[in-house]
Amino acid sequence: MTLTTAAHSGTPAPAPAPAPQQVTMSAAINRALRDAMTADPDVVLFGEDVGTLGGVFRVTDGISRDFGEDRCFDTPLAEAGIVGFAVGMAMAGFRPVIEMQFDAFAYPAFEQIASHVAKMRNRTQGRVNLPIVIRIPFAGGIGGVEHHCDSSEAYYAHTPGLKVVTPATVEDAYVLLREAINDPDPVIFMEPKRLYWSRGSIPAASAVQAPRFDSFGHAAVRREGTDVTLVAYGPSVDVAIQAASAATESGWSVEVVDLRTLVPFDDETVVASVRKTGRCVVIQEAQGFAGVGSEIAARVQERAFHSLQAPVLRVAGLDIPYPPPKLEHLHLPGVERVLDAIARLQWDDEPDTRFLTSAHSGGDS
Amino acid sequence: MTTDTSTTPRQTASPGRPFARGLMPAPLPVQFLDELGHRVRVFNDDYPEPSSQQLVAAYSAMVLGRRFDTQATALAKQGRLAVYPASRGQEACQIGSMQALSPDDWAFPTYRDSMALVTRGLDPVEVLTSPHGAAHCGYDPRANRTAPQCTPLATQLLHAVGFASGEQRRGRPTVAMAFVGDGGTSEGDFHEALNFAAVFKAPVVFLVQNNGYAISVPLSKQTAAPSLGYKGIGYGIASEQVDGNDAMAVLAVLNKAVAHARSGQGPVLVEAHTYRIDAHTNADDATRYRDSDEVDDWVRRDPITRLEAWLRHAGLIDDAFVASAAARAEAFAADLRDRLAADLDVDPMSLFANVFATPTPQLLEERAMVQAELEAEEASR
Repeated sequence: MTLTTAAHSGTPAPAPAPAPQQVTMSAAINRALRDAMTADPDVVLFGEDVGTLGGVFRVTDGISRDFGEDRCFDTPLAEAGIVGFAVGMAMAGFRPVIEMQFDAFAYPAFEQIASHVAKMRNRTQGRVNLPIVIRIPFAGGIGGVEHHCDSSEAYYAHTPGLKVVTPATVEDAYVLLREAINDPDPVIFMEPKRLYWSRGSIPAASAVQAPRFDSFGHAAVRREGTDVTLVAYGPSVDVAIQAASAATESGWSVEVVDLRTLVPFDDETVVASVRKTGRCVVIQEAQGFAGVGSEIAARVQERAFHSLQAPVLRVAGLDIPYPPPKLEHLHLPGVERVLDAIARLQWDDEPDTRFLTSAHSGGDS
Repeated sequence: MTTDTSTTPRQTASPGRPFARGLMPAPLPVQFLDELGHRVRVFNDDYPEPSSQQLVAAYSAMVLGRRFDTQATALAKQGRLAVYPASRGQEACQIGSMQALSPDDWAFPTYRDSMALVTRGLDPVEVLTSPHGAAHCGYDPRANRTAPQCTPLATQLLHAVGFASGEQRRGRPTVAMAFVGDGGTSEGDFHEALNFAAVFKAPVVFLVQNNGYAISVPLSKQTAAPSLGYKGIGYGIASEQVDGNDAMAVLAVLNKAVAHARSGQGPVLVEAHTYRIDAHTNADDATRYRDSDEVDDWVRRDPITRLEAWLRHAGLIDDAFVASAAARAEAFAADLRDRLAADLDVDPMSLFANVFATPTPQLLEERAMVQAELEAEEASR
C-alpha cells in the first residue's frame, strides 16, 4: 500500500461501454462493481484472491488491473480480519465491498458481523453507519466438497441490522448489487454459486449510468398464476419456475414470487399473491428447520389465514450437513419434490394423513 | 541499572528513528522511575524523556482520573450504574495513552478505558451513559475521535487497523491507539489485527495493558510467552514492554511509538505491565482468586505517588499544586455525582430508531405495536 491519496487521485481506466448484452451472472456482478467504483471513488474491494487472480470465481476479474491496487486488493487469509478491517475503513468514510470466498469460510467473521457490522448504527445513535457489502458465494449444486456449499442466509437474516439480499437473475445480480453498494447500511449479498454461469441481460446503458435504487424490499412476481403461490429466492427461483411450468400439465396455474431481498422482507407482495391463489409453498435450498422458509410460512399464515385453502408447505434442504456430490440431488429441492408438495395442498379438502400417525403409535407394535 | 536522581538533560526527540532493538522488546520493562520515584535507567536509552510540561500534566490527569474512577465505582455500588469496570492502579497507562496522541488521532478503547476517555476530554457523563442505562456508547465517536468502548475483547483492534489504513490511504497523518488487555491477547482478532496492521503498514499503536488478570484467570494461565510484547515479533511489528506504573516510562515509550506509526514505519505493540487494584467490576469478588499480599505489593508501586515523588524532587510541583489538583478532582467527582443522580430517560421509540437508516416495514409494525401498548397503559392510569 502506498501513503498517497491514490484512491482519489487517479482516474480509473474506463470500463468497456455498457450495452445491453447477454452476459453471465459473474460478469454482471463484475460490471456492477466496476460501475459502482467509477461512480464513487470511495468504493473499494478487498478479500482473499480478489486482486491479481480476480477471485476464485473470477467475479473481480481485471478490476485490480484497471482500477489499481488501492481500489481492489488482496488481504491476508483471515475472514474476521477482512470484516473488521472493513468496519474501520467504513468508519474512515470508504464503502468497502468485501468477499468471503465461500459461504462456510465466512463463519470466522461471524462475531464481527453480528456484534459490530450489524450493531454499529445502534451503538452510536446513528452517528456511525457502516455502508459495507459482504459478498458471499453461497449454496450448492456445483458438486463442491465439504465447507463449500452451505446455505447460510438464515444466520444473517436472524441478525437485526443486516440487510440480506440474494439475486436469482443476471439482471438482478447487477441491479441489487448496485443498490447494495449505495445503501447506507450493511448488506449481506449472497450470490448463488451455481448461477454464476447462467446467462441473461444486464440493464441498458442509461440504467447503468443513473441506476434506480428502489428494489430492496420489493419482491418480483416472476410468473403469474391463479392456483398456487411458490415463494422462493436465490438459487431456488429457477426450481420454482421449472416446477410451475411442469405443474401446468396437471392443470395447476402456479405463481412464482422471487423475494430478492430477505431483509427487508416484502410481506405485501407475498401476501397479495397468496390471497389471490389461496395456496402457498415456500422453497429454500437451506436445511429446513428454523430456516427463512419457516419464517415465511409463519408470516403467510398470520396474514392470510382466511384466504388459505391449505396449510403453507415448505420444500427445503434436508436437515443434514451438506451431502457429498453424488447425493446432493437428494438434498436439493427439485421440481419433483415441489410438485409433490403442490399435490398435497388439500385439493380435495381431505385431511393430510401423513401427520395423523404419531411416532409412538406408528412403530413396530 | 543505575540510579540518577538529578534531572537528566532531555534528549532530542527523533520520532523517525527506528526502535533500537528492531522488533524485539527490551529484556525487562522499560523504566524511568523506580517504585520510590527515583530516576533510574532501565533499557530507556532509546526513549527521549517526556517534557516537564507533559509530566506535570500527566500527574494532574492521573489524580483526576483516579477520582473519576473511584467515583464511578461508588456509583455502581450505589446502583446508579449497572456496572463499572474499574481501572484504579492503571492510571499511568490510561493517561499516558491519551497524552501521547494528537487531537486528530483516534482511540479504540475497551470497556475498562473510561479513565482514558475522560482524560481525552470526553464528557464523563457521556462516557458512563451505557452503564447508566443506554443501549449506545453515549458520545459522538466522530466528534470525539473515539470509537465506542468495546466489550467483545480485541474485536475493535481490527477496526483501528482498517480505520488507520483508511486514513493513511487518504493521506491523513492520523494514528489509531488500540487498547487490549492481557486476556484479549488470546483472542483470534488480536492476532489478525496485528497481522493486518503489519501487512498494510497501518499507523496503529497497540497498547496491551497487562493488569495480571482476565477477570479471575492469571497471566500464567493465559500465555507461555516470555512477555506479551513478544507477540508482535512474529508479525513483523516493532514491540516494546514498559513498566505500566511508571508514567514517565509509559509516556516516553508511547510518544515514540505514536511518532513511529505516524511516520509511516508501521504499527507498534507495547506491553505495559500494570495491575488491576480493584476487582474486575463491582460485581466481581477478587478475594476468590488472589490474596491481599499481592494487591498490597502493587499498591506500593502506585503510579501517582511515584510520579509525585519525582516531580516534587525535581521542583516541578509543590504542596499547593498537589492540593489544587486534588481539589479539582473533588469538584469533578461532585459534578459527576450530581449529574448522574437522576435515572437516564430512555425513549421507548429509540429502540427502533437506529437499527437501519430507514426502518423496515416489519420494524414499523413492531414500533406501532409498542406505541399502542404504551398509550393503552397511559390511558388506564
